[in-house]
Amino acid sequence: MIEAPDLLAPGGHIARPVFQLRGVSKSFARRNVQALDKVDLTLLEGQFASVIGASGCGKSTLLKIMAGLTPPSSGSVMLSGKPVLGPRRDIGMMFQQATLFPWRTTLENIVLPIEIQDGKKAALAVHDRAHALLDLVGLNGFDKVFPSELSGGMAQRAAMCRMLIAEPDVLLLDEPFSALDEISRDFMNMELQRICLERNATAFLVTHSIPEAVILSDVVYVMSPRPGRFVRAVEIDLPRPRTLDMLSTPLFGDYTKTIRGLLDKGAFI
Amino acid sequence: MTGIQPTVAGEILPADTVWEEKLSWFDALPRPVSMIGLLVAFLGLWQLVTGLGLVSPIILPGPWRTAQELVFVGQSLLSGNYMLAAFWVTAQEVVLGFIIAVGIGVALGVLVGETAFGERAVMPYIVAIDTMPKLAFAPLFVAWMGFGISSKVALAAFISIFPVVVGTAAGLHAADTNARMLFKSIGASRWQTLIKLKIPTGLPQFFTGVKIASISVVAGAIAGEFLGGGRGFGELIRVAASQLDTPRVFSLIIYLSLLGLVMFGFVVWVQRRFVFWHRNSTTQD
Repeated sequence: MIEAPDLLAPGGHIARPVFQLRGVSKSFARRNVQALDKVDLTLLEGQFASVIGASGCGKSTLLKIMAGLTPPSSGSVMLSGKPVLGPRRDIGMMFQQATLFPWRTTLENIVLPIEIQDGKKAALAVHDRAHALLDLVGLNGFDKVFPSELSGGMAQRAAMCRMLIAEPDVLLLDEPFSALDEISRDFMNMELQRICLERNATAFLVTHSIPEAVILSDVVYVMSPRPGRFVRAVEIDLPRPRTLDMLSTPLFGDYTKTIRGLLDKGAFI
Repeated sequence: MTGIQPTVAGEILPADTVWEEKLSWFDALPRPVSMIGLLVAFLGLWQLVTGLGLVSPIILPGPWRTAQELVFVGQSLLSGNYMLAAFWVTAQEVVLGFIIAVGIGVALGVLVGETAFGERAVMPYIVAIDTMPKLAFAPLFVAWMGFGISSKVALAAFISIFPVVVGTAAGLHAADTNARMLFKSIGASRWQTLIKLKIPTGLPQFFTGVKIASISVVAGAIAGEFLGGGRGFGELIRVAASQLDTPRVFSLIIYLSLLGLVMFGFVVWVQRRFVFWHRNSTTQD
């Protein structure tokens, strides 16, 4: 059983566990595949954790189970002390594709979760909050623009606003920037860090980029495929806030080397 | 020289290396020129074939004779005589058939596209009926509904209903996994997912089906008139053809095609208003 190595939050005080997964397994009977095998995970308040692994190792399945989009075959998932039995409003999600709807303006896309959960009136009431979020991600003035006029990076930033509009406690991120070019991606990662630090948000990132996992995370879970299980939790002891300059420090290089070593061993068993 | 580029001493560079991409004259013709050119070539060939007496004027009248007849039929349509009355009969059949086709087609399309029952149980029957030669049903409709316009409306609707069903069902399946997952993750109900995701996503496919229906509904109405009589344009065509009045047949067909054009144009207009975000939804798709 691999635990998050200590229960100290970045601030030094004992942090409250937000997500608790115990023995979560998932098998697809039809394809006779064991996607996840007894995964244990504790995510602390304000913690940024990543899971990294080769494609098809079950990391997206894990995220879907955490988000309540699909049930586990066995095991338990608790979020803020309550079992996850379906989609939850205290979770914000972001996917590889921005998935903005072309018939809605950027603003209307951002308030969509509120419109779905509480109706059109409630959606109107959060327009101020939406504008504040647009400011936060540097999309000031793009509220009335349709998504076809946004670049890939801008669209992902709008998707980020949509994730944040309902003020979720936990962010679940499924390779959110992997479709972007490396320059926008570095930038967006720094934005993501800033937002998480500002709101003390708890975040769980699925990625297949080692540098991305290291630069963002307090802890990186390395996952091996078939069946998907954690091989190691690598604690990243770099000071916050992280900067892009850290990408070229020796310590950063050591972390990426460790993780790459673990992935090489795990990937070809 | 800005000094940024390294230069080799004594190097001689040409000022510009601009060159033109070659396009054959055939492809380089502007659209109006190529369209009019094709028309002129067609009329010229037509004139040549008929003028040289290669074909009997009863089989194929010359372009001039046809143009005269076109003007004549146009005048009688404008003067509001029996031709206009016949035109209105056919127009009614087309419009009613279209409304029925879209109404029933959407209902069936939603059943098939949104419910597992519809997809598993109803769709196979729809496909089976769609593969039947639908014109063969015309005598049945006449037997059931008589020689009035209702049998033509029924045939027109019957023929054009299938593209609407398929377009609607395909449209409802068009939302991708990411969009569905997003809606699920924000807790959208089935109804909300249908209204706010699947229907808007599927509108382009839906309109593709409706466009096909808007064309075939005219064919259905005319076929109904050929096979079931009545007072429509189809009857005028049939009578003119039986009298070997070929110029008249040509003219009637051309005016009939206006009806199809209006139907099609109407659908395109509605689509442009509702699917404003879908830029490429021109007449081609």
